[in-house]
Amino acid sequence: MSTAHVLLGLLAAGPRHGYDLKRAHDEQLPRAKPLAFGQVYATLGRLERDGFVVASSPERDGGPDRTSYVITEAGRAHLAAWLSSVEPPAAHVTGEIFSKVVVALLAADDTTAHDYLIAQRAAHMRRMRELTAAKTGPNATTAELIAVDYAIGHLDADLQWLQTTLRRVAGPDKE
Amino acid sequence: MEPLLNGTGITRSFGPTPALRGVDIDVAEGEIVAVTGPSGCGKSTLLHCLAGILRADSGTVTYRDQNLGLLSEAARSRLRRTEFGVLFQFGQLVPELTAVENAALPLLLAGSGRREARTVALGWLDRLGVADLADQRPGAMSGGQQQRCATARALVTGPRVLFADEPTGSLDALTGEQVLGEIVQVARAQNTAVVLVTHEAKVAAYADREVTLRDGVVDATGLGLGMRA
Repeated sequence: MSTAHVLLGLLAAGPRHGYDLKRAHDEQLPRAKPLAFGQVYATLGRLERDGFVVASSPERDGGPDRTSYVITEAGRAHLAAWLSSVEPPAAHVTGEIFSKVVVALLAADDTTAHDYLIAQRAAHMRRMRELTAAKTGPNATTAELIAVDYAIGHLDADLQWLQTTLRRVAGPDKE
Repeated sequence: MEPLLNGTGITRSFGPTPALRGVDIDVAEGEIVAVTGPSGCGKSTLLHCLAGILRADSGTVTYRDQNLGLLSEAARSRLRRTEFGVLFQFGQLVPELTAVENAALPLLLAGSGRREARTVALGWLDRLGVADLADQRPGAMSGGQQQRCATARALVTGPRVLFADEPTGSLDALTGEQVLGEIVQVARAQNTAVVLVTHEAKVAAYADREVTLRDGVVDATGLGLGMRA
């Protein structure tokens, strides 16, 4: 994920100040890690250096920094290229849970593996319940629904994989 | 606190095949409990026994101090009409009746007047967002609309327990989620307990807790399958 592209995307609708950008980022990607101000300005600095945004600073009279940023034609082209480029599906299988289950099945005794799997499943279910409660709450925005759907979908994939793996490993004669 | 509904040592077989082999379960007032587990684990049979649709071979099902096994068929049937609501995977609406007639059915069976039943049923269709379909027959509705009507019918008597067996199993993901969200929201607003049978973790996540079955018994691990422990 590229913060630079997200900021360009937010600037595509019109100029914004650094603070606006941080707020808009956190609203539109509500379950992402909130953006630090330092990161906003560092990223804007790089975008400016690359000619993708220009800063416009009206005269300051001792107030806060009101520098606003405007996306350039080059910035729009860069954003469009990113939006139309396909993300290659991951080439390798990675993930802490994946490794841990494989190693647990290889190296741990049955009780340890069993206890881990039960605890992991319970943790996933707990999180899924929290997220489900958040999305069925009265104030869920579309951005929140989209982010929570993504999180639930991934937790659900983990859970399904866990159960399928266990059934494969257990086999019919071991059930 | 006394549970609203309790099952103790429930067993039930179909011919030589045991479906339930001694299940204990409690459901508190207003609580949403998911019954999960793989296909064939006995979860639908458990729902049918708890709802008094099937009699357990042994063990007891108690609803508010009434042992369902000791009630006459007429008394159980009355309980199902007034205290329980049932919702299946395929709405099972009566195809010849309109949405509002379907939703009003439990009230009519319980002896309400036609006009009053229609008014109450319309209110429920409205709560579930399908009031505009009141005079349509099920054949003219989408799956999601049918399930909303079936939910209205299940809740129209203000039951204390809603039994829902894979209520969104026949719907696409988004429609299923919307219907489930509505069921849960309405149940919570009414303080109606829900026994929600599902094989999907995503659906179980709408419940307050889950009871997992495996081969007709409660699997305390929640994994729904045997590890070699």
